[in-house]
Amino acid sequence: MDTMRDRFAPVAQRLLDEDPRVAVVLAEIGAAGFDEARRRHPDRVINVGIREQLLIGAASGLALTGMRPIVHTFASFLVERPFEQVKLDLGHQGAGAVLVSAAASFDWPAGGYTHMAPGDVALLDTLDGWTVHVPGHPDEAETLLRHAVAAGDDKVYVRLSVQSNAQALPVDGARFHTVREGRSGVVVAVGPTLDAVLDATAGLDVTVLYATTVRPFDAAALRRATETAGTDVVLVEPYLAGTSTAAANDALADVPHRVLGLGVGRRELRRYGTVEEHVAAHGLDARSLRERIAGFTTGSRTPARA
Amino acid sequence: MTITEERERTYGYTDLPRLMALMTGDEKHGPAATSTLDVLWVLHDRVLRIGPERLEDPERDRFLLSKGHGPMAYYAVLAAKGFVPVDWLPGFGSYDSPLGHHPDRMLVPGVEIGSGSLGHGLPIGVGTALGLRAQGLHEPRVWVLIGDAELDEGSNHEAIAFAGPAALERLHTVVVDNASASHARPGGIAARFEAAGWSTVTVDGRDHEALYAAFTAPHPGRPHAVVAQVEPK
Repeated sequence: MDTMRDRFAPVAQRLLDEDPRVAVVLAEIGAAGFDEARRRHPDRVINVGIREQLLIGAASGLALTGMRPIVHTFASFLVERPFEQVKLDLGHQGAGAVLVSAAASFDWPAGGYTHMAPGDVALLDTLDGWTVHVPGHPDEAETLLRHAVAAGDDKVYVRLSVQSNAQALPVDGARFHTVREGRSGVVVAVGPTLDAVLDATAGLDVTVLYATTVRPFDAAALRRATETAGTDVVLVEPYLAGTSTAAANDALADVPHRVLGLGVGRRELRRYGTVEEHVAAHGLDARSLRERIAGFTTGSRTPARA
Repeated sequence: MTITEERERTYGYTDLPRLMALMTGDEKHGPAATSTLDVLWVLHDRVLRIGPERLEDPERDRFLLSKGHGPMAYYAVLAAKGFVPVDWLPGFGSYDSPLGHHPDRMLVPGVEIGSGSLGHGLPIGVGTALGLRAQGLHEPRVWVLIGDAELDEGSNHEAIAFAGPAALERLHTVVVDNASASHARPGGIAARFEAAGWSTVTVDGRDHEALYAAFTAPHPGRPHAVVAQVEPK
């Protein structure tokens, strides 16, 4: 199966062909995938070189002239390094863009922490008005990328990963999807964590919601799910643990509830290795998730230790 | 000197000090404000093809004030040119005023970018030039005003290094040099632009004819930088 990132350049090229407003702005990373697109649209495929502040500033200027920039590089360099540009050149200027990241949490563990940004979504949470898509499959990534580009002048973040679920689900760019219904808790699985969450909750009487658009947070879906499953909520996110805890708390502010946020740990692991080893180290493999979900949700039919 | 009319009053260059005096509360930025006065006036009075009647015109020139500190001269020029009412000026910096100590494009007609944090205008100007070119709008010119100390910001160097080789000939920068950078640039400010392939002119930033000549100097195939030297801060 191809990866979400393999899908990015071909889809973006089709969007360039279809919509004269679309521009792709790059800072070397991923540029080779746009060689053909650059020949066809030399003024709308822009590689600014290894200059990430300019990357976002230029996207802002493009947007201010009425264009729809798609901006791509690794999350560390797209969101973290030029964060003030994201805040001011887009948000403060009232300009929109589609930021498409790759390799955010630990897609390239051998590359080490310099190429990891598990805090990307939490960082964007300090800003107003961002839509955040976290696809869990290349097909979903394609759909959500199209939603993002079509979203007027909105500020949209699309978080691509090499981690993927085996099957794509229908995604609409807005709502959570109910995958399984139970009566002893709600587990929200974000993007590529779904397969592990489904394995982990096999035999547990919990509702599983699948989230690929996490901002805005689908509070209505979470509330509906708690009406039958109760208000024990576990969030499983492929980025910094607890990123969506505040959103879940806000959704349930007027009812007694408990929230457990699972995800990537804040402490730097300082290890190389493989994606699977990092998934396990952060407790995001099915076995670890089962222990933590069963241990937290009340009335689970299986003991905490499977 | 050209003068413009707003309602029944006309304003010229000699009115600017009185208009600036209507704004109080940001005196610490007084030198920053007056350093830009002549550059702003000559650009708005004789160079930029903009006006309050064409705020949304895609063919208009774009003026990006990157040096957002001390915007009193900027607001005075905008008032003189009819973008904002003169009676906005006394409210400068107050809760109900659209005119802050750093300008906000969402609040002030004719302001193309909100600025204040240094080093944002030139990269946005690069994107604006790229966006106009991609849409076949080859007439509008993009002007970015930055300060000499602001030039220290690395983001400006990213923009300068890109714009030359990218041949963004519609992009213009005016650096108002009041010698406020702590560490003087070896070789002078213009050298940095020249090294990146820009056309450059260094002039007396108080001499209106010299500024006009520098602003309108031809620079085919290259972006253009004008260093306007004024008295040290």
